Amino acid sequence: MAYPPAAQSSPPRQPSVKVILAAADVSRVVDRIAHQILEKTQGAAETVLLGIPTRGVPLARRLAARISTFEDVTVPVGVLDITLYRDDLRRHATRAVGPTELPPGGIDGKRVILVDDVLFSGRTVRAALDALSDVGRPASVQLAVLVDRGHRELPIRADYVGKNIPTALAESVKVTLAETDGADEVKLYGGAPA
Amino acid sequence: MIRHLLSGADLDAATATQILDTAAEMATVAGREVKKLPALRGRTVVNLFYEDSTRTRISFEAAAKRLSADVINFSAKGSSVTKGESLKDTALTLQAMGADAVVVRHPASGAPHRLANWVDGSVVNAGDGTHEHPTQALLDAYTMRSRLGRLAGLHVAIVGDVLHSRVARSNVLLLSTLGAKVTLVGPPTLIPVDISGALAPGTDVSYDLDAVLPGVDVVMMLRVQRERMNDSYFPSAREYARRYGLDGPRMRRLPGHAIVMHPGPMNRGMEITPEVADSPRSTIVEQVANGVSVRMAVLYLLLGGNNR
Repeated sequence: MAYPPAAQSSPPRQPSVKVILAAADVSRVVDRIAHQILEKTQGAAETVLLGIPTRGVPLARRLAARISTFEDVTVPVGVLDITLYRDDLRRHATRAVGPTELPPGGIDGKRVILVDDVLFSGRTVRAALDALSDVGRPASVQLAVLVDRGHRELPIRADYVGKNIPTALAESVKVTLAETDGADEVKLYGGAPA
Repeated sequence: MIRHLLSGADLDAATATQILDTAAEMATVAGREVKKLPALRGRTVVNLFYEDSTRTRISFEAAAKRLSADVINFSAKGSSVTKGESLKDTALTLQAMGADAVVVRHPASGAPHRLANWVDGSVVNAGDGTHEHPTQALLDAYTMRSRLGRLAGLHVAIVGDVLHSRVARSNVLLLSTLGAKVTLVGPPTLIPVDISGALAPGTDVSYDLDAVLPGVDVVMMLRVQRERMNDSYFPSAREYARRYGLDGPRMRRLPGHAIVMHPGPMNRGMEITPEVADSPRSTIVEQVANGVSVRMAVLYLLLGGNNR
């Protein structure tokens, strides 16, 4: 989820749209992150993938599926809802709370990899770190994102990045996934004409 | 999102369902090591109680604290109210202290509605006179949904002193919004005339508990308020218990899946026997736990965002 979504909800009139990643690219990028996780964690033992709703959740499931295809290890997947930990709750109408689902083995003592679609200001990840410390005590926490579009407002970086997209603040990045939106695509709105 | 919760009728089906869904997420917090969420940090919730209450006040207090709100408890005893301060002046005092929400229980029906006109914050009705108690209705609906899996199409019997019961009134309104059918059961002296038409169309009235029991999914027993016993609404406590009390043999006449509810505090041996109250069908203890989750959901939805 690009953060904050409300600010991006009305793209400028007649926006220029540029496709950054097509469906095939998205699947290649997911494969690469899965390989990188296996490499960096030396086999993804004692590892849990936690998706941040909305689109981090299907991404986490895909990564787990790819990891088990590549190396025959099962990585538990969970959902971490961060709504109640956001720092902008009061700036918007009340947000609906979603479910947090931890895998049966829990997260205590595990390596937790947070998964989200877009890394932008870093505030979503900060909220996720707060939420995480309330539901358990992982041995370590890493971050995997499909797209890093820059403009960080907090000292946060990703361990696994699918694609770095240099953007202007006025632009917006929209990720769609087959599970949530019908098709895989990453688009840049409001950018300079290609 | 609504600003105040004063009546079961304030909630349409979508909002009520949102509260129940949010409550289900709030309930998971109770099972965690850190039973605390930061959502209402820096917000102040005042519990303004002009009537004695333990479970409702503690439930609201626990709910507000689990959401990290600051809680100020105000009970009429030992306050300026005994010196004659009016509700309005008390409200303005709370307003000046920056209360974001006022949870009010008052012996006068309609007091929370008046209060809502005097304060800027949200007002939650925690029981006013013989009028309404909407969060009790919400926690009852939540309990039914979690035990029976649905609300639409359920048949609920509400048994006892319907006349003086704010729990019954709020339940009739909310349950009919959510698609359940309600039958009110009690002695004719304790069922208001034309309540079915006045509150929610489709609500039935019966004076015969035994005839209703085999067809219901939920039987909700109301407390017989002891202060009423001398008011000749019924001849004697023993006669009331025999005709409208829920005992073992009556419980066995219920369908296999049916549940027994009671908002508490119970008069064991009066409207409900210990055998029934302690049976697996009874949800009485669950209702208390669910009360905290539902009140967390209500406070979050009223105060969590910028709804002004």
